[in-house]
Amino acid sequence: MAPEKLPYKPNPRAPRAVLPVLEPRRRASTPEEVALGFTPEQAIAEAQRCLQCAKPECVNACPLHIDIKRFIRRLAEGDAVGAHEVIGEQSPFPGVCGRVCQHELFCEDACVTGKKWDPVAIGSLERFAADHARLRAHELSPNGSKKPQGPKVALVGSGPASLIAAYDLVRLHYRVTIFEALHKLGGVLAYGIPNFRLPREILAEEIARLQNLGVEFVPDFIVGKTATIEDLFDEGYQAIFVGTGAGLPYLMGIPGENLTGVYTANEFLTRINLMEAYKFPDVSTPVRVGKRTIVVGGGNSAMDAARWARRFGSETIVLFRRGRAEMRARLEEIEHAEEEEVQFHFLAAPVALYGDENGHVREMECIRMELGEPDSSGRPSPVPIEGSNFRIMCDTVVAAIGQAPNPTLQKATPQLITKRGKIVVNESGETSLPRVYAGGDVVRGGSTVILAMKDGRAAAEAIHEALSS
Amino acid sequence: MNQILAKRPLAPEVTLFEIEAPRIQRRWQPGQFVMVRPLPTSERIPLTLVTSDAVRQSVTIVVQAIGKTTKELAALEAGDAVADFVGPLGEAASTTKGERVVCMAGGVGVAELLPVAKAFHDASNHVTCLCGARSDNYRILDAELREAADVVEWATDDGSFGFHGNVVQMLLARNKPGDFTVGHVIGPIPMMKAAAEATRSWGLKLYASLNPVMIDGTGMCVGCRVTVGSEVKFACVDGPEFDAHLVDFDELARRNRAYRDMEQEALQHQCRLQKVE
Ligand SMILES: Cc1cc2nc3c(=O)[nH]c(=O)nc-3n(C[C@H](O)[C@H](O)[C@H](O)COP(=O)(O)OP(=O)(O)OC[C@H]3O[C@@H](n4cnc5c(N)ncnc54)[C@H](O)[C@@H]3O)c2cc1C
Ligand SMILES: Cc1cc2nc3c(=O)[nH]c(=O)nc-3n(C[C@H](O)[C@H](O)[C@H](O)COP(=O)(O)OP(=O)(O)OC[C@H]3O[C@@H](n4cnc5c(N)ncnc54)[C@H](O)[C@@H]3O)c2cc1C
Ligand code: SF4
Ligand code: FES
Repeated sequence: MAPEKLPYKPNPRAPRAVLPVLEPRRRASTPEEVALGFTPEQAIAEAQRCLQCAKPECVNACPLHIDIKRFIRRLAEGDAVGAHEVIGEQSPFPGVCGRVCQHELFCEDACVTGKKWDPVAIGSLERFAADHARLRAHELSPNGSKKPQGPKVALVGSGPASLIAAYDLVRLHYRVTIFEALHKLGGVLAYGIPNFRLPREILAEEIARLQNLGVEFVPDFIVGKTATIEDLFDEGYQAIFVGTGAGLPYLMGIPGENLTGVYTANEFLTRINLMEAYKFPDVSTPVRVGKRTIVVGGGNSAMDAARWARRFGSETIVLFRRGRAEMRARLEEIEHAEEEEVQFHFLAAPVALYGDENGHVREMECIRMELGEPDSSGRPSPVPIEGSNFRIMCDTVVAAIGQAPNPTLQKATPQLITKRGKIVVNESGETSLPRVYAGGDVVRGGSTVILAMKDGRAAAEAIHEALSS
Repeated sequence: MNQILAKRPLAPEVTLFEIEAPRIQRRWQPGQFVMVRPLPTSERIPLTLVTSDAVRQSVTIVVQAIGKTTKELAALEAGDAVADFVGPLGEAASTTKGERVVCMAGGVGVAELLPVAKAFHDASNHVTCLCGARSDNYRILDAELREAADVVEWATDDGSFGFHGNVVQMLLARNKPGDFTVGHVIGPIPMMKAAAEATRSWGLKLYASLNPVMIDGTGMCVGCRVTVGSEVKFACVDGPEFDAHLVDFDELARRNRAYRDMEQEALQHQCRLQKVE
């Protein structure tokens, strides 16, 4: 079949459209979203940079296999709602993923345009389609559609892994219930990622879409505490998916860590995002951000904590034991942090904290590092330089050095085989217990939104296979 | 939806709530707690499970109104619902068999002690409860404790009932090493510390139920960390009970003071808002 003729001429040579952002000075005093999204003109021009490849590598590279080529084609012709519908065939979360997915590692990394010029800005186009379709969300929501009647399936945790599994299962008419330990839904999207990257109404609307399809959400329910896996089977659930994430923060293990003013990124971000401490005292949960904050680490949590600290008016330093190239955070977040005057001290690590007479942190002792042989993560390993210790005054410290799987469910389900806390699964996501599946960070350790979704999708497929055979 | 089925004042500022919570009622064990948000703008605060009723599918909690959130809760009435109520959290209290047990508590801690004393008693231990209150009219749950223990003694700060002094002074005045083999203490940090110091050489296994500041209460923030021996523990998932003789109470006291000024600010803000309304 001859390729259909495009009504426009692709122009990959055009410069990649630049995402408009809130002026850095204005960000200092507001939790408002930083990235503002393409204008309609930008979106069309950017979409027309896409070559509409015969074998689109981007679709292959997307862990959800969103039909990127086809949605971009719709955008190129000015049809944002049509683009949103194409994405919706695979994912109900373009508003979330368009903002937080690490496109540079997946679709944009594979995009052929990137071989010669800059890759098509697929992430920002996804977001544009979502934001545009929002305006007519009431027409799109299948409210009042008939209730699913199939077998009952329980999903534990309301992070991205469970959310996509719910979408796939409810469309196959399963009666899906999501149990969430916290009082808000979304997992890391709710407690970890700040409003200025992901406005909460976007998250709430995309979750509401699932509710409209008939997915039931039960917050304040800890599987392993409020009820066990066995209880859920006894209550008629035919299969269970465990998407409990990696929410157990590592501590630095250095003297002075229990001084006040020393937080893990999870505590700091939970206080601010989940409990909305930025509205204190209208909201009751406090957070103490001092004059100078040191954030230890180089991942997304570190950027999020540092950028919040700036918004509380604190001078902020990110201390990372490797170099800029080795940081794991999304590139865009690193750039935004730099624009917001977060300072970066590379190749240094903390060795001790010292406090004042009230037990509040006052100073950090650090040691300089150099890069050695690659370690198990594939990145050059940091090696301490003896005798290079130095000190920095600080009154807030945030340790953002990684997280291990949440252990509660595993502790209450000793039959479940785990390896260093991670639940062990086979190719289709099934655990050592029959009809119990797992995916996302609880299987991978700290990972990404899109890989968690990939796992949730695979598990939903395996559940459907098991329950329909 | 967790509805308040009944509300009963026990002492000035101390209120008992019976709350509908079928799942928690079925699964809770003595020593465990719940995280509660009275209102959608409230903090999450930990409160200990005190009793339960299988027929009414309910549990009770006892709260002392000392700050903004506890006051928000105390202001709710039977028929209202609390915004969030999740549990049961933490590990069950340790119990033994055939031991001479001393259970010590002060203030609202007496309510938290009740299920633990009862568990020791049910497991065939001889249970002595030493309870402290500011004054006679601050004594709570005396009848319930007497049902759950072999001996109940009271100390009041002003001497208006029982021993004149605090619980640890009463312990030292009336008992000697060897009287008890196992103990449990719950109350203000200085009291728990004093109990641990007083019994350090008694050859008594003493458990303390700790009360650090908690945020989620599910093990994901480590804000509740305490030092026990040489280890850092999560009070909300590893505890709240630990070996009292190994706990670093001074660190716990410092960490619990960390937000004192902001807690006052929140309370004043609430008072101002109430005036405006
Ligand atoms: C601060 C931060 C920023 C990040 N930024 C990005 C980013 O920009 N882009 C990106 O791709 N990735 C990012 N990540 C990583 C990404 O968020 C995670 O990989 C992803 O959320 C994992 O999804 P999940 O569904 O496995 O679990 P989670 O999102 O962790 O959700 C798990 C949920 O399960 C609940 N739960 C746990 N135990 C139980 C239980 N026993 N019963 C009931 N519920 C339970 C938890 O409360 C939680 O809500 C970030 C991570 C953090 C911490
Ligand atoms: C496991 C556990 C069980 C508890 N059981 C009971 C109980 O059964 N009855 C009862 O009356 N109290 C109990 N408490 C204490 C109770 O949680 C605090 O009194 C309450 O959180 C104070 O909140 P507030 O906003 O009213 O006061 P605030 O003015 O905010 O604080 C007063 C003091 O309470 C402590 N506190 C503050 N916030 C928290 C928090 N989020 N978590 C823990 N402590 C905090 C601090 O020491 C603070 O200085 C328990 C605490 C723990 C950890
Ligand atoms: S790989 Fe790039 S150019 Fe090709 S279809 Fe995908 S987005 Fe368009
Ligand atoms: S309260 Fe957050 S880990 Fe214990």
